[in-house]
Amino acid sequence: MAYYQNIFTEVQVRSTIPELGVPVDVDRRWGTPFHSYLFGLFGNAQVGPIYIGYLGGLSAVCFLIAFEIVGLNMWASVNWDPVQFVRQLPWLALEPPRPQYGLKILPPLQEGGWWLIAGFFLTASILLWWVRLYRRARALGLGTHVGWAFASAIWLFLVLGFIRPVLMGSWSEAVPFGIFPHLDWTAAFSLRYGNLFYNPFHMLSIVFLYGSTLLFAMHGATILAVSRFGGEREIDQIVDRGTATERAALFWRWTMGFNATMESVHRWAWWFAVLTTLTGGIGILLTGTVVDNWYLWAVKHGVAPSYPQVYAPVVDPLNMPGAVP
Amino acid sequence: MKTFFTVLGASIAFFLTIAMFGTSGWDRPPLQTTQNGFRGTGMDQIHTRDGVAETKAANVAPAPADPAEPGEELAGATYENVQVLKTISVNEFNRLMVSMTEWVSPEQGCTYCHNTENMADDSLYQKKVARRMLQMTQHINESWKDNHVGGTGVTCFTCHRGQPVPAHVWFTDPGPNRPGGFTARNNGQNLAKASVGLASLPYDTLTEYLADKNIDNNAIRVNATTALPTTKGKPIQDAEKTYGLMIHMSEGLGVNCTFCHNTRAISNWSQSTPQRTTAWHGIRMVRDINGNFLEPLTSTFPTARLGVLGDVPKVNCTTCHNGQSKPLNGASMIEAYPELAKSTETASAADPVPAAPAPADTAPTPAPQ
Repeated sequence: MAYYQNIFTEVQVRSTIPELGVPVDVDRRWGTPFHSYLFGLFGNAQVGPIYIGYLGGLSAVCFLIAFEIVGLNMWASVNWDPVQFVRQLPWLALEPPRPQYGLKILPPLQEGGWWLIAGFFLTASILLWWVRLYRRARALGLGTHVGWAFASAIWLFLVLGFIRPVLMGSWSEAVPFGIFPHLDWTAAFSLRYGNLFYNPFHMLSIVFLYGSTLLFAMHGATILAVSRFGGEREIDQIVDRGTATERAALFWRWTMGFNATMESVHRWAWWFAVLTTLTGGIGILLTGTVVDNWYLWAVKHGVAPSYPQVYAPVVDPLNMPGAVP
Repeated sequence: MKTFFTVLGASIAFFLTIAMFGTSGWDRPPLQTTQNGFRGTGMDQIHTRDGVAETKAANVAPAPADPAEPGEELAGATYENVQVLKTISVNEFNRLMVSMTEWVSPEQGCTYCHNTENMADDSLYQKKVARRMLQMTQHINESWKDNHVGGTGVTCFTCHRGQPVPAHVWFTDPGPNRPGGFTARNNGQNLAKASVGLASLPYDTLTEYLADKNIDNNAIRVNATTALPTTKGKPIQDAEKTYGLMIHMSEGLGVNCTFCHNTRAISNWSQSTPQRTTAWHGIRMVRDINGNFLEPLTSTFPTARLGVLGDVPKVNCTTCHNGQSKPLNGASMIEAYPELAKSTETASAADPVPAAPAPADTAPTPAPQ
């Protein structure tokens, strides 16, 4: 009975003939399915077949083009030195055009042109992947929940790299492609716009992000904990409540007075995840376009408290009478 | 199969754990925190107790030389070719020369600067540089007393620490060679460089902000002074440069951001600590030193002493501070050397007048709040 208290999946279901699922009208499945013990530890033991189709193929090609443009430019930035490329990889980046180019469609390649081309192909790849997700869900007769959740993430991506730069009138406002550089960009972005923590949509985004992890942990733990009573059949139990559901519900009512249902917990989780990037995107969109300094905005609207003065008043040396450098 | 993966997984986890302990630069407790702002604002300086002791031991000021015997003879009248220290007594002059040797060239001795056949000879470049450095020391102690160095002052030792070339000088960093052609430029950032604490921020920010004495006074400021946009603000790239400079200051002084700033409103002066004003003037002092004393020496230095772009070695915050907010544990440097406290030259001396502040451009200045 300790099956559900392990880190790894303990039950691996292996069919003698690989499972191919329901037949669909257009079927472009590729590869011979096989079973893997290692994959079975984390998910289903069966791997493949994968559905590629022209959307998936095009999306993969666009992604590869973007990936190559970014990677090769990173390598070039250390003068094609393979050792430095590996050592400095987390620091390397492909930077957007400098401010003087504004929204020029194709500045010189070395001055940010590559960034625009990489961004174009990456965006194309992501949008094609979204269409693929939507169409595959439809083909299988599913709802399109995954597609719309992904669309929320794409919204944030587009705000950061396209919509906001266009509204600000300069590609230089966009994020560089790089591991540490995009993190340093984020810190600099917050510093430039007077502390993003005072942006109410950033606050909401953080609530939904942390809330998502909390809900994920609560739900995962609840289902694993009641699996011995058949809790893994949670979807059945939306309408046909069994002892697993009853015990889980009682547990949460005992401990916090209220419980989600087998249906509503999934809506909670979906909305929290979707709202993370939705509100985050709104927060980024407002930054610089309609609010230039979030701290001052928060003071104006009574959000930021004031603290007692600890030192004698400190004044800007440039505002001192007779200031000299 | 199952055993194999179990063993593999366990060994990977084991080695990752070892690697985490070995490579992450952990600070071993006990920690020492100093609060320097109102409670709840997170304005604390956090150091390890060992780290503080280590830094303290590495920054001990040397004992000053015994006081000079009184004497009437003036150095300018007795020795030939004395240009800066004419008005001090011969005894004081010789005492200072001995101290300078200990501060700057203890191993090389007098011959590092002097031709011992003729001490007045100016043939060694070191002597010409040393003369200019004496003027610089006097200038710092005199002109920057109120705003930066205070009564503590500086001597040659503050920077040199027993080495002819101070350990922390810097040159303009042109970055690595790039293949040229149409490959993307790195915009002077995105490399693991010590100048910005190994961040991927612009690594040559010192050239822009500390080497140019005529820079606009608002160059470092990037924040808007109004909640809503009124004019076109500064680009994020400028914020990254400022951030890079601030990391240099933080590393150089061994403090974190909250030593000067209340980080909830970094640009706001009224919530800052008095140290921020000292640091603000420190930036101007460094520009003054680099622009008025070091750059003019470019042709005096031999090529081997210059940077890859032929630029002169320059100073930054670390040159004096060396990881401490008060250099050399705050020890008073000029008390025992009053001749270094102010210019001993006549009024017509070539001591440069600090440049007048550049007219403020239309860039926003943080309004007092």
